[in-house]
Amino acid sequence: MGGERLKIILSLTPPLLIIFTLFFGGIFYGFLQSLGYQPAIGKYEINFSAYYNVMFSERYAKLFWTGLGLNLWVSFASTFLAAVFALFGALAIRKTFFAKTICNFIYSLNLPMPHLVVAVGIIFVFSQSGLLARLASQIGLIGSPGDFPVLVKDKYGLGIILAYIWKEAAFFFIILMSVLQSLGENFEELAQSLGANRWQRFRYVILPLVMPNLFSASIIVFAFSFGAYEVPALLGVIYPQMLPVMAFEFFLNPDLNARSEGMALSIIIAIIVMILVVFYFWLTQAKIRKD
Amino acid sequence: MNNNLKKINIYAIYLGAFILILPLIAFFINAFSFRWFYPQVIPKELSLQAWVRLKLIPKPGQRTFEGFIELWASNPAVIKALLNSLSIGFLVTIVSIIIALPAARVLGLLNFRFKKLIIFIMVSPTILPPIAFVLGLNINFISWGFSGNYFGVCLVHLVPIMPYVVLTMTGIFANYNPDYEHQARTLGANKTKTFLLITLPAIAPGMVVAALFAFLVSWSQYLLTFLIGAGKVMTLPLLVFSTASSGNPALTAAISIIFIFPAILILFFTSKFVSGESGATSGFGKI
Repeated sequence: MGGERLKIILSLTPPLLIIFTLFFGGIFYGFLQSLGYQPAIGKYEINFSAYYNVMFSERYAKLFWTGLGLNLWVSFASTFLAAVFALFGALAIRKTFFAKTICNFIYSLNLPMPHLVVAVGIIFVFSQSGLLARLASQIGLIGSPGDFPVLVKDKYGLGIILAYIWKEAAFFFIILMSVLQSLGENFEELAQSLGANRWQRFRYVILPLVMPNLFSASIIVFAFSFGAYEVPALLGVIYPQMLPVMAFEFFLNPDLNARSEGMALSIIIAIIVMILVVFYFWLTQAKIRKD
Repeated sequence: MNNNLKKINIYAIYLGAFILILPLIAFFINAFSFRWFYPQVIPKELSLQAWVRLKLIPKPGQRTFEGFIELWASNPAVIKALLNSLSIGFLVTIVSIIIALPAARVLGLLNFRFKKLIIFIMVSPTILPPIAFVLGLNINFISWGFSGNYFGVCLVHLVPIMPYVVLTMTGIFANYNPDYEHQARTLGANKTKTFLLITLPAIAPGMVVAALFAFLVSWSQYLLTFLIGAGKVMTLPLLVFSTASSGNPALTAAISIIFIFPAILILFFTSKFVSGESGATSGFGKI
């Protein structure tokens, strides 16, 4: 018994060591710095002024709250729309038809695609001289590039949302396909034989069955899009700015005092994500208990 | 009526596939065209100019075998970044598999106290955004001397990779029967032989998926490499990002094509294994 315990400890130590020193260590040190503890520039006192500055000071308050608003809007909109598109895609593609394998491959193609490349692709397709604008001008919808709506580097974060939809719809699609495959069509056939129409079969049979997986995938996507840097850095504007970009720019600021504010922002982002995840677990646990 | 609906359904799928593939089409047009001005949809001139400027293809007239070798031997930036990306990816993948193997075995086969807590700690880097830990870690790495070098970049890549490798391999071991090992041992095989002949073949398919996946996560890492590498370790994502920000579509497209090639290759080989149940899939959302 003692030997087994030793084996467990020895096996688990290396990965835990990496997670603890690098991941939790990084968060902890970032938190210390956000409190103003910066031995490098001779600051040892601890206070919350960086948090106050970021959220309420005249200089940054507007940037922060509009950034937070943009963050929530982008994450909610892209998660929801990606899930909806993937759901309809997965439901439609289940039936056999010509070139199904190819379509299946194309629908999963964005899965291994790095976010960075997806963002570049969105610029190529949706910018005012991009592929879509060219197609629109060919069929006479628009004249000059200026007639095409600003969808990339716009202040509503539309380009960022488009990039996340592109990328995450594939992720939802794979998850939904495997759930739908494992369910088979028995439930639906049963509902149909009992007289349920298309909408009822979707609303009362399919949706409840895929909802748990859809929901947990949504949490992953939401948490990711809330804290990711590359896509908003390439497709965003200077104002309003998403929080991860803002944190990173504070951090790179040559003024070392701005560093605390950058750290404070990154901790705020982490806390918001954590609250959402805990809320999600609480929600699912409560549901399990109820059932 | 029902038949019509089916047809609309199928056309909608084709339309969706077409829209999804548009960026890829744009990549290829941009990378292989010359003076692709608005409002042309099809470029008037095809050209390899972007590739020549990146020093990946020699100038016309020098496109012989020796010409290619000579050009690539001059170590152009893209080749350098490509080699860095590849070697970091391989190294980190191998190290993470070696570290994860015993841990995954224990987590998959045994039951013990705090197991759930340990799994929760292991997967926490998958939930919290990288920016939350890397800013603080960056300062630590500077004082430890890991900043701005290859070793530090490899080390920091382990953080996003470790959870997925442990999780995927724990799943493999949960469906693994260790009794065969006992049989081999009773029949006189030593530990190494048992591992090589019994354990490894059984876990190999899952391990390959975990490895490919780990490689892909490292391959597409931008923020961590940028901050810890401090501009001294150039990888492909860094090159894509800087070229994209400087706004040269042809060069950006050409580098992006090199950058996405392994990703598509890996999807092609693993699409069989990638399903909603695999721990690795959840990670794809984060690349």
